[in-house]
Amino acid sequence: MLDVNELTVRHGYLQALTRVSLRVASGETLAIIGANGAGKSTLLRSIIGLHQPSAGSIRLDGRDITALPPHARVRNGIALVPEGRRLFPSLSVEENLLVGRASGRPGSFSLDAVYQLFSWMSDRRREPTVHLSGGEQQAVAIGRALMANPRVLLLDELSLGLAPTMVRRIYSVLPQLVQKGMAVLLVEQDVTQALRVANRFQCLLEGRTTLEGKPADATSAQIEAAYFGLAGRTGPGSAA
Amino acid sequence: MNWVNAIAQGILLGGLYALFACGLSLLFGVVRVVNLAHGDFAVLAAYLALVVITTTHVPALLTFVIVAPLFAMFGYGVQRLIIQRSLEVSPLTTLLVTFGLSVVIQNLLLVTASADSHSFDLGSLISASFRLTPELSIGYVPLMIFVTAVVVLTGLQLFLSRTAMGRAIRASADDQEASSIAGVNTRHVFGIAAAIAFATVALAGLALGSSSSFDPSAGPARLIFAFEAVIIGGVGSLWGTLVGGIILGVAQAVGAQIDPSGGVLAGHLVFLAVLALRPQGLIRARFAV
Repeated sequence: MLDVNELTVRHGYLQALTRVSLRVASGETLAIIGANGAGKSTLLRSIIGLHQPSAGSIRLDGRDITALPPHARVRNGIALVPEGRRLFPSLSVEENLLVGRASGRPGSFSLDAVYQLFSWMSDRRREPTVHLSGGEQQAVAIGRALMANPRVLLLDELSLGLAPTMVRRIYSVLPQLVQKGMAVLLVEQDVTQALRVANRFQCLLEGRTTLEGKPADATSAQIEAAYFGLAGRTGPGSAA
Repeated sequence: MNWVNAIAQGILLGGLYALFACGLSLLFGVVRVVNLAHGDFAVLAAYLALVVITTTHVPALLTFVIVAPLFAMFGYGVQRLIIQRSLEVSPLTTLLVTFGLSVVIQNLLLVTASADSHSFDLGSLISASFRLTPELSIGYVPLMIFVTAVVVLTGLQLFLSRTAMGRAIRASADDQEASSIAGVNTRHVFGIAAAIAFATVALAGLALGSSSSFDPSAGPARLIFAFEAVIIGGVGSLWGTLVGGIILGVAQAVGAQIDPSGGVLAGHLVFLAVLALRPQGLIRARFAV
């Protein structure tokens, strides 16, 4: 479904991503893991269109979307839950969700569907989002992305700043989404959490893929080596 | 009783200032652009109305039906083609670009329309008024301008709080990037915000031409009053803009009552006092309700 091919992204002189490729299919969850500054967020931001790559392409169902601006990618079925949640502080919970409908993509997600997914939310829909806890804000950010009825959902550091129980509760909605045929691409610093929910993972180090495969097939020593760049540089796909 | 009269006229004058200020406030609050050509666009709208009056013989007070929509379209174009591009270079570039627009508009008007000052011919309406008390009479034209300002601000507030486009405008004002990844076409949204701002600036220009006179260089002085109204009321608050306009108008009218040449100075002093004592403005709110 989503097909990223040899993506290279530069921030000025810094090469944030070097020929990174990945593929996520419908109903699949791919986790991108890696240390701070490995290029995980840059990868997601490039897929939604906030960074223009200097080389490589991004395809959705075979259609090249590399040149499209973010809102047009959303219309094509990609949505991002950004790092830090980025809710609109002067809008209420419900208004935040409704902004997610701006692309006008048809689909099964509506206010009611989101309120069903997060049962506490409808009672507090008129409140400004600053009144919510971090976990609740994260849920609103997920709801806002779902309102766009995406086929590919990008999740950037959902666990950031949240208590472990809250992280687990947030991630517990994921199976329902995958069951609907959504493709999920998630970025996490919390490797254990990421590997628990993912079908496949890909490890980034300094903007390159150092390891990819199924969580069950990789030993923790392999992942550690790929994560920190120990034991020399393992080539892309060495454990796949 | 003269004081009551001065305050009443000041309040009505505040409506004109609020009308000038709301477009400035909207463009600054949403697009983060300080439009230094704001006053000149108002004057341009007044000249456009003059052309409409002489060619179609539409009554001056009805020209808004033609001028405001034209200016809305004009504003969308200016935003997409000029301001947006300079915004993507750097925020400071927008200052240079709008300053440049101000110079260009003033000189174009000077070349095409001469430096003569004009005002709309409203017939007997210009001096018509009704008496509230033996010593307090309210002019129809200032009252109409005040009512227009209140209607425009109320409409704008409702539009921003109740419609999907209004929501997209507020979201984009909060966080442009987050808004774009939620599926909002932020450039289009900024264009719409500019279109609304330009429609209100056209109304302000018509109000200017109806209540006093204008010439090609009248814009910058209007810009200063609009700035002062926005700052006094609080940036980003539409009702604050009305309050700011009224305070400025009353300060000027009362100042002129004390000393006939002291009106504008009194307005500036009140503005400076607010800036020193309460720099966030009297009313603090974003474009949220």
